[in-house]
Amino acid sequence: MRIGVILLFFIVYATIRIFMNKWYWVDAYHYLTPLYSPCVTSSCVEGSSHLGTWFGNFPRFLPFSLITFVVLAGFRGTCYYYRKAGYRSLFFAPAACAVPEPHKNYTGERKFPLIALNLHRYFFYGALVFGVLNIYDGVQAFHGDGGGFGIGLGTVIIWINLVMLWLYTLSCHACRHIVGGRLKNFSKHPMRYRYWTFVSKLNPKHGTFAMTSLFTVILTDFYIMAVSAGWFSDLRIIN
Amino acid sequence: MTELERHSYDVVVIGAGGAGLRAAIEAREQGKKTAIICKSLFGKAHTVMAEGGCAAAMGNANSNDNWQVHYRDTMRGGKFLNNWRMAELHAQEAPDRVWELETYGALFDRTPDGRISQRNFGGHTYPRLAHVGDRTGLELIRTLQQKIVSLQQEDFEATGDYEANLKVYAECTITELLKDGDAISGAFGYWRESGRFILFEAPAVVLATGGVGKSFKVTSNSWEYTGDGHALAMRAGATLINMEFIQFHPTGMVWPPSVKGILVTESVRGDGGVLKNSEGKRFMFEYVPDVFRAQYAETEDEADRWYKDPDNNRRPPELLPRDEVARAINSEVKAGRGTPHGGVFLDVSSRLPAEEITRRLPSMHHQFKELADVDITAEPMEVGPTCHYVMGGVEVDPDTASSVVPGLFAAGEVAGGMHGSNRLGGNSLSDLLVFGRRAGMGAAMYVDGLGAARPKIDEADVDAAAADALAPFELEGGENPYTIHQELQQSMNDLVGIIRKEEEMEQALGRLSEFRSRIAKMTVEGHRQFNPGWHLALDLRNMLTVSECVAGAALMRQESRGGHTRDDFPGMNPEWRKKLLVCALDADGVVNVTEKEQIPMREDLLELFELDELKKYLTEEELPAT
Amino acid sequence: MSYTGKFRVWRGDSEGGELKDYEVEVNEGEVVLDVIHRLQATQTPDMAVRWNCKAGKCGSCSAEINGMPKLMCMCRMNTFAEDEVVTVTPMRTFPVIRDLVTDVSFNYQKAREVPAFKPPADLKPGEYRMQQQDVERSQEFRKCIECFLCQDTCHVIRDHEENKESFSGPRFLMRIAELDMHPLDAADRQHAAQEQHGLGFCNITKCCTEVCPEHIKITDNALIPMKERVVDRKYDPIVWLGNKIRRRPA
Repeated sequence: MRIGVILLFFIVYATIRIFMNKWYWVDAYHYLTPLYSPCVTSSCVEGSSHLGTWFGNFPRFLPFSLITFVVLAGFRGTCYYYRKAGYRSLFFAPAACAVPEPHKNYTGERKFPLIALNLHRYFFYGALVFGVLNIYDGVQAFHGDGGGFGIGLGTVIIWINLVMLWLYTLSCHACRHIVGGRLKNFSKHPMRYRYWTFVSKLNPKHGTFAMTSLFTVILTDFYIMAVSAGWFSDLRIIN
Repeated sequence: MTELERHSYDVVVIGAGGAGLRAAIEAREQGKKTAIICKSLFGKAHTVMAEGGCAAAMGNANSNDNWQVHYRDTMRGGKFLNNWRMAELHAQEAPDRVWELETYGALFDRTPDGRISQRNFGGHTYPRLAHVGDRTGLELIRTLQQKIVSLQQEDFEATGDYEANLKVYAECTITELLKDGDAISGAFGYWRESGRFILFEAPAVVLATGGVGKSFKVTSNSWEYTGDGHALAMRAGATLINMEFIQFHPTGMVWPPSVKGILVTESVRGDGGVLKNSEGKRFMFEYVPDVFRAQYAETEDEADRWYKDPDNNRRPPELLPRDEVARAINSEVKAGRGTPHGGVFLDVSSRLPAEEITRRLPSMHHQFKELADVDITAEPMEVGPTCHYVMGGVEVDPDTASSVVPGLFAAGEVAGGMHGSNRLGGNSLSDLLVFGRRAGMGAAMYVDGLGAARPKIDEADVDAAAADALAPFELEGGENPYTIHQELQQSMNDLVGIIRKEEEMEQALGRLSEFRSRIAKMTVEGHRQFNPGWHLALDLRNMLTVSECVAGAALMRQESRGGHTRDDFPGMNPEWRKKLLVCALDADGVVNVTEKEQIPMREDLLELFELDELKKYLTEEELPAT
Repeated sequence: MSYTGKFRVWRGDSEGGELKDYEVEVNEGEVVLDVIHRLQATQTPDMAVRWNCKAGKCGSCSAEINGMPKLMCMCRMNTFAEDEVVTVTPMRTFPVIRDLVTDVSFNYQKAREVPAFKPPADLKPGEYRMQQQDVERSQEFRKCIECFLCQDTCHVIRDHEENKESFSGPRFLMRIAELDMHPLDAADRQHAAQEQHGLGFCNITKCCTEVCPEHIKITDNALIPMKERVVDRKYDPIVWLGNKIRRRPA
């Protein structure tokens, strides 16, 4: 139940933020919120499109960050952990083990729309791309006021979020399958066996990473929004 | 006439443990229509409890190993009382039987070059036990179970019926074997679920019912081990041998009381665990008997080096055969050097790193954590002897597993002879496979030999069997079977246990005859549908018969050997080695024990041993001429 | 260290039944099955219960204790307060025979529908070579003691009798995964998993993993990898294309 509330909160928060279409960039320190990364249209505020401008203007009702959101939300929405959490807390199928469920019929993930959950791995590929772009954003965030190197509390938050996002992405079940799980004989693919062993160690904590990274994304976005809007100023550590 | 369901088969296998399933697979593969009858659900048989492994001289871990070495180890372990032909067949065929399991889908632990890994075990010269962690028995039963299913799938392809040629009757108990003249004609029993009677018309019956441990209070055996096969065979006129030899596994759990007796696998010692008394001393060094002196280490240093370098060091005395270790623990506890709960310490926590322990002994770790709240990676276990295995059983022909009754076969623990006076760990799983297959083959050959002249069921016998089965419901105001069972177990444990004395055994025989009259008068409440009280009442008769054999034979054998230790006759006596004690029922249903000469060992087998070693076991005239 | 425990046990048969209250002695170190046995020996000699090894190795004594599917032999009494009522009921997913004994034949039927291990055609007994790291995944699933608690707790059949026909349950989907990961199994199992055994019914809510007394990671290690393998075959256009162009050894 608690998890259901958290999930709902995230969806509402992200939707509001995306349609705000402002306060996602702190020019002084080059902070870009992950919800708006990458910002590659000409409608982006100045400076935020450090990856270049790939597209022209996007209409206001269709912010580009919607694409980011669709991929990231899709990755989470089809994630095996969120599926479990969602089924239990939102659909009561079942609410908890050995508790009778309130539905008359149950067909599982065999029919539309739920069969689409099998597309998890494509969202994973997408999330990987965004993950790489986020690293670039993270590197940019070592930016001092007026140029040069600098670290602020924002940089630290961005990097914590980055680590959590990567842990979440790499511990994914689809990732575990792709790097090695799909093989019948590990012994013939020693490198892939090592990747698989590594991912298998992260995988049991996938749920923890899922919830933590959700929290750190909101935190990062909120912090950057606040600094960008001037509600408070960034705590600077170096420059 | 009794109301019952009737089935007709070529071969009926009673028991669905390793031996039963292997026999059924063989009989079905020989083209015989086969039924498997098990007391509990399919796949729950006691074989799942076997932990350590399955001994087979494949030579994967040490290329010096071969069937001759395995044969020698088996004979030594059994103190030369073994049926040498069985021991020979067993040592020769075990590797093929293990490899065969792989073709059924078994997944044993592997060596670095991809072959089946083998582990050390008490009494085995080389690492010889094919294993899967410490749940080898489960692997074996599941593999055989799945092979049965695969045969049923073949039948389904061919006939559209899974059960056309091979059917499992789960939760069904056989109470009587039926005969036509001398030969077996069928088996009579009941469904546990409904209490309804069932009759199998079959010319060949394979007994694979396991052991008799439930006659003892502290035992590693499950409720099924009530000696059904032993008693059925005797009532059908077959003979039992070696019933005085009961193996007490040295390491059973001693605490908490509810799990007292549950097994702690020998692999704990094979992988480095040591036994210590309450003074912290590794006492096993003081209990190495003369016959084994040359093969076992004398100092802790040498013993510890053996785990790394077994070729240049002698084995630690913790790995002596089970009977020796069990007696040693018993003596330590009696001398007041036991643990708070009356056992000794088995310590692996100070010998191996924690993750190594959980990797090698996962189910032991699990068992202690869940049942006793003890973490074996951090603290020692408390262990003590527990009744584990009966070496004795139906006297069979080694090659065909046939008893003296035509059409009656026996394999596995219910068969006697293979293990002599003491079984080596790991030899039971291989025994099941080797002789399970031979029993299936023997039964198939017997059926072929009969042609159309099949024995017939006599309806009067069926009615008598039904009346016997219902007798416990007839009386009112008699004793509850649970009470009698508890007292029987206590008596056997106290009076015919690890260390035996003449007067105690006489006392035991006296009590057993009292039990006989009490059992005749006991009362069962309720009705026939899944009634555990009734089931126990029927099993009790078998337990009593078996107990009478054990006590009778133990009283007669005036020496100590393997699983039979006499306080009043502490040494081994070569004269007694030549003798088998044979139990049979007389016309009044009373157990008779008689002596029988052993067949002398074939010369080429005798030559596998050094003369000096033979001298320890054989009489002067039995020794080969030099 | 013994006390009088309060037990509530379901008594009845296929016709119906009810929870009955008992007061029974409980001693230190005991498990629920010990207490059930004491009830049998002292008060209710005809109470039906299945059990075998009493050491958590055979998987016979499955029941529901205070509503949770558990093995009675592995449920220690010291996990309850002394005045707590311990309720023991039979597994709900399977039809009751009597008292705590249920008809689990559904599972044996499903077991028969999974094609057996298909040995490689070119290897004779004794020639099998497999690496430890290749057998480990399937070995984990072979720890299964077939207590059927996962089948009992799975809501797909627990709450929807009508799904029993087309869903094999976690135990047998895991069996398929075990064979699919067996280094030498020569059969194709991925289509059957989805089409005949109802893998798509599973919504990975992990209750099977939660109740597994052998702590097998059924969902993470068997069901999800199996789902991913099915995605490879059914829902992955790149793999589909790749397979069209050339046959790839796995």
